[in-house]
Amino acid sequence: MELTGAEIVCESLLKEGVDVVFGLPGGAVLPLYGALSTYPAIRHILVRHEQAAAMAADGFSRATGRVGVCLATSGPGATNLVTGIAAAQMDSVPMVAITGQVARPYIGTDAFQETDVTGVTLPITKHNILVMNVKDVAQAIHDAFYIASSGRPGPVLVDIPRDVLLGEKTEFIWPETDKLPGYRVPSAAPKAQVDAAAALINKSERPIIMAGHGVLISHAYGLMTEMAEKAQIPVITTLLGISSIASDHELNLGMSGMHGMAYANLAIDEADLIIGLGMRFDDRVTGRISAFAPNAKFVHVDIDASEIDKNIQTDAGVVGDLKAVLEQLLPKVDANVHIDWLRHIEELKAQHPSHIVRKSDELLPQFVLQRLTEVTQGRGIVVTGVGQHQMWAAQHCTFKEPNTFITSGGLGTMGFEVPAALGAQVGRPDTVVWSVCGDGGFQMTMCDIATAVESGADVKFAILNNTNLGMVHQLQDVFFEQDYMASEFSANPDFVKIAEAYGIRGIRVTKQEEVVDAVQQAMETAGPVIVDFMVKQDEIVFPFIPSGQSVKEMLEEPAHNETS
Amino acid sequence: MSQQNETEQHTLIALVEDKPGVLNRVASMFRRRGFNIVSLAVGNSEQAGLSRMTFVVNGDDRTVSQVAKQLDKLIDVLEVADITEARIVARELAMIKVKTTSTNRGEIIQIVNLFRANIIDVGRESMVIEITGEGDKINALYDLLAPFGIIEMSRSGIVAMERGEAKGLTNGHGANSAKSNGTS
Repeated sequence: MELTGAEIVCESLLKEGVDVVFGLPGGAVLPLYGALSTYPAIRHILVRHEQAAAMAADGFSRATGRVGVCLATSGPGATNLVTGIAAAQMDSVPMVAITGQVARPYIGTDAFQETDVTGVTLPITKHNILVMNVKDVAQAIHDAFYIASSGRPGPVLVDIPRDVLLGEKTEFIWPETDKLPGYRVPSAAPKAQVDAAAALINKSERPIIMAGHGVLISHAYGLMTEMAEKAQIPVITTLLGISSIASDHELNLGMSGMHGMAYANLAIDEADLIIGLGMRFDDRVTGRISAFAPNAKFVHVDIDASEIDKNIQTDAGVVGDLKAVLEQLLPKVDANVHIDWLRHIEELKAQHPSHIVRKSDELLPQFVLQRLTEVTQGRGIVVTGVGQHQMWAAQHCTFKEPNTFITSGGLGTMGFEVPAALGAQVGRPDTVVWSVCGDGGFQMTMCDIATAVESGADVKFAILNNTNLGMVHQLQDVFFEQDYMASEFSANPDFVKIAEAYGIRGIRVTKQEEVVDAVQQAMETAGPVIVDFMVKQDEIVFPFIPSGQSVKEMLEEPAHNETS
Repeated sequence: MSQQNETEQHTLIALVEDKPGVLNRVASMFRRRGFNIVSLAVGNSEQAGLSRMTFVVNGDDRTVSQVAKQLDKLIDVLEVADITEARIVARELAMIKVKTTSTNRGEIIQIVNLFRANIIDVGRESMVIEITGEGDKINALYDLLAPFGIIEMSRSGIVAMERGEAKGLTNGHGANSAKSNGTS
């Protein structure tokens, strides 16, 4: 039977196992919506702003490991996806974005709602495809999913003109293979590379594993933990590597970097070997690169060959899928105890207890997160936006299972917390999803609370409300002589009333003793809940290595009076 | 790239899919990553559906290695090789339009003959000279013609390949490819 382009898109989505898409219709993409209505197996979640469609697809993808799908119309619909696509690209998240385009005869004429979307997204996608013939639709969708989900994952955009979606019909033939002669996916690494890495690991006395997002993407967490245990190597996670090893694992030193644990940064400073696994030595991790791990050699395993020697000159670069590489590496790594090294790190931890929240009469945001994670017992998923609350969540929330901390790392996208949490909950309906929000970021995307309510996404929103753009405020405090230009809100809405306006429960918390009760009430309430935590306003995220500096310039919290 | 070692010219060749937008992807990558292209030539390869690009790139070894890897990462790029160290033949074509008068025309023709270049157009007060060779040869001719007055010049960019039976690019399956790093 011959099908329209739109029907072929739907058939192809079914072939790829897609059962949910996030989108918002418009003129050019309407033929696709016309077909979608006849495919009840594909659930469409209607967002209020296309940015949320992309970020929800992102959250869905990170929570499930499947490819998130978003739809938008041409022009402004497609350009509204851009921030979400860029975030997915920076964080290697598999996503397929399908956009309608103006009909072929209008392309290039500046027609109504025409934007060169493949041009716009060229540098922020892993790949993109403009489909100019209905016969190419199935192959394009097939290849888009393959590219998005394989190798180093990333977003792929497929732009389809209106008259390709709804015009000439053709037979639906699902392609057997990809048509991508220039695309190959590394699996195991060359033996010589693995041997070189093993030799360095076996020789080192003060090794550290730095675990990145690749550990999660490649499902290598079990093998990584096994290797860490076998050779007693402490593990530091990057922001996106959090949840790749249980928070309470004795070898887990937590996050390092700009706002990482002081002892983690100090350990890196003294290490004689850094083993980077599925991470990319981003500037937030390294600080000033010349001063980063000055005593260390570097083993770097990544599936993306271009990451090796990009930021850090490695001593042993290994290109391959991390899980396959660890299978090769594990038998070659000698069992070890590293007693002196681990004991020394324990001392660092005791001398620099940056994981401990200080005692205060005020409602500290760190305290809120500590209580929250105690109530959830580290179960469920935490999604964050970007800024101070994100760093505190990374420092103080605990995790048991992989892929339970979802945050916009590379792009640092404020507003991510609302739609990404929605997407994560849709993907994992059995799981409690806490969206830890800043009051700034929340207001960027809170229109999609409506989407959460409509789709029955049971997201609990915890706003750490300090009525300002906290991280900006902090930077102004430290580097701009307390010139708080444009970082303080004087007319934030009443978030409890916002909740009520959406027909959901809102809870305001102003005191420490109310925190646990509010968290419990939110969890006991069916459906989305907004908890507005009115936290201390001018709190600073410590530890703090100023941008472009090294561990030598690290600022630590002045007082260490323990509360917990 | 934080470390700048010795900057020198490298010659890279790439086999790419011949479809719309590929040149844009390649150029966009160079621009975005801040790599500097000295010259770029694109044309058909020996295989239908595949184009061959020749790049001359300035940079130290580490930077140029990044260029090759970033190029190879593009989905439409089948294979990349840095053939700087290989035994290669490299040629560029240039057309140089030079001012002439009845008195100096003979002298110009002599220079052209010395360089085994060709005169492909003669006007009343100008000549177009075609020269093929390595960059140095073209530069030398240019310098000799400059005193007569150069009206315009157009250079094709270098195309290059390995000497003998060796194939710099093996259609996506060769050991030269950065792509084979992870697959072999």
